[in-house]
Amino acid sequence: MAAILRKTSGLLRVNSGILCPKAKLSGFAHMSRTKKAALVTFGALAAGSTGLVSALHISVSAEEYDIHPPNLIWPHSGVFSTFDHASLRRGYQVYKEVCSACHSMQYLAFRNLVGVTHTEAEAKTIAEEFQIPDGPDEEGEMFERPGKLSDYFPKPYANDEAARAANQGALPPDMSYIALARHGNENYIFALLTGYCEPPAGVEVKGDLYYNPYFPGQAIGMAPPIYNEIIEYEDGTPATMGQIAKDVSTFLRWASEPEHDERKRMGLKALMVLSMILGVAYYTKRHKWSVLKSRKLAYRPPTA
Amino acid sequence: MAAPLRKEHPIFRILNSTFVDLPLPSNLSIWWNSGSLLGLCLVVQILTGIFLAMHYTADITLAFSSVMHILRDVNYGWFLRYVHANGVSLFFICMYCHIGRGLYYGSYNKIETWNVGVILFLVTILTAFMGYVLVWGQMSFWAATVITNLVSAIPYIGTIIVQWLWGGFSVDNATLTRFFPFHFLFPFIIAALAVIHLVFLHNSGANNPFAFNSNYDKAPFHIYFTTKDTVGFILLVAALFSLALLFPGALNDPENFIPANPLVTPPHIQPEWYFLFAYAILRSIPNKLGGVIALVAAILVLFLMPLLNTSKNESNSFRPLSQAAFWLLVAHLFILTWIGSQPVEYPYVLLGQVASVLYFSLFIFGFPIVSSIENKIIFS
Repeated sequence: MAAILRKTSGLLRVNSGILCPKAKLSGFAHMSRTKKAALVTFGALAAGSTGLVSALHISVSAEEYDIHPPNLIWPHSGVFSTFDHASLRRGYQVYKEVCSACHSMQYLAFRNLVGVTHTEAEAKTIAEEFQIPDGPDEEGEMFERPGKLSDYFPKPYANDEAARAANQGALPPDMSYIALARHGNENYIFALLTGYCEPPAGVEVKGDLYYNPYFPGQAIGMAPPIYNEIIEYEDGTPATMGQIAKDVSTFLRWASEPEHDERKRMGLKALMVLSMILGVAYYTKRHKWSVLKSRKLAYRPPTA
Repeated sequence: MAAPLRKEHPIFRILNSTFVDLPLPSNLSIWWNSGSLLGLCLVVQILTGIFLAMHYTADITLAFSSVMHILRDVNYGWFLRYVHANGVSLFFICMYCHIGRGLYYGSYNKIETWNVGVILFLVTILTAFMGYVLVWGQMSFWAATVITNLVSAIPYIGTIIVQWLWGGFSVDNATLTRFFPFHFLFPFIIAALAVIHLVFLHNSGANNPFAFNSNYDKAPFHIYFTTKDTVGFILLVAALFSLALLFPGALNDPENFIPANPLVTPPHIQPEWYFLFAYAILRSIPNKLGGVIALVAAILVLFLMPLLNTSKNESNSFRPLSQAAFWLLVAHLFILTWIGSQPVEYPYVLLGQVASVLYFSLFIFGFPIVSSIENKIIFS
């Protein structure tokens, strides 16, 4: 049996050699020693330069005054991961009970909550808790009515000037895009909310400002907004400071891109379909080109 | 026997000679895919742009909100916007590959095609810049302010031209309302220029990696290059969807999610990644006019390539010294791109100045000298 196998494999080897001689035009095995040495030197130089640039980049970044927020692992961080919707619901509660007193959320409507953090009935109830200015009515008068799902989140202040006047001159930013509008995204929000501390020796924070190393300039007008047990979660989750910061950061990230989950789902589907089409297209290309690729060019010198 | 319709019909005949029966060198490598990929990018940008324009409002009080409205309230508006915003990155990746291929394989020797290509590059830069301003975020506004202000460096008439561009005394509503129609119009000019580019190309015939006369060995566009381009198209669409659907904000500046505010300057003003190399060259020269001249020269130097070419062999395939010079240029572009994204301070300023000098030196002295040396080695 072993002899038969040996013979068969030998035959196959010979046959493959006859039918399809492999061109040896490129590849490391057939490269001259000089070329190999040049290639290795070039590679070493490229790797050394990249390392030097990287080290320089890190060392100069370390000299900056602002602390970069650490990259945390969020449930939605993965390429195909979706939001933790229980966290989103808790995050909305934090926003509503803590943040919304000063920060607006002008691009988010109550309808956006449906199917994400609340049921339709719950979202309607939430909307009805607010009085929304509307009108004019048939007599030309403006009036207030209970909120509807189509209404956007009401602003805490009538205008920016009123907001500044109520906050020692500092304008609380709108929260709709806060997670995308800051370097570090939700990592920044989490670091900012949990990063309040005493200023280091020699640093003086003036007036009604607070020291926070993650805020550009380190002096922030917003007082530490969260601490342990500042709220009581509906679902009974212990409301520690870290939990609250995590939930509201997640909620603000969702508020910045409500399409997040659908977008990633669409991305997954698109890549699955495209990879199948790519396989077919690549095979077709190889098949059609096989005629050209397997040609043999030969030089026949003219005979005398 | 009657000839097929595609060869007889006056319109189909043109299409046939461009996309079906066109004979092309059979040894074109994947780098030649970049041309068709650029065509696909242009089509994607025009299509998504038309639909975005249906919902966009070119008024400074509404522009930012209208973009956010597209992202949140328009059906799949976020998809259109992300594809459009990330599509431009892929457009420039393909364009840089296309230009790089032209430099490496000596395509600049087809002078008309090359010159129209450089004009295409310039118009694309302008179009991308004006599109970036339309978002009316912080970085849009300040990029518009910085870039338009560069024109003021022109002696005597600079300030007049800048105010004429602005339509006032600062970047304001008039600026936005004129940038929008230009951003809408320019892609069609790009499409027209691309047709001219192709006419010149097909008139002279495509180059090939060896730059030999390829008349002895050509293959029809269909089925060979249609199947090859299809593979490229699918890979490009996969890359575009990966960016737009999985990492939509990876290449965008967070500052642009803050509405434009003329009273607050962002800490680091910088353009999108594809302009960073030119921005680094601009910043490398302490004098404003000098910086502007260097910035413009960094692009226009491409026009000089046919004139500065001294090689007797068009392609770099058999010229190892020119290959090394080419990859040195690529390395410099990467370094300049990195420098452009860093703050204006030591050591970045010094590195940027060195890289800028070497960038121009390679074009003006490096390639011609190296090619002359190779001529002596190969042909003498």
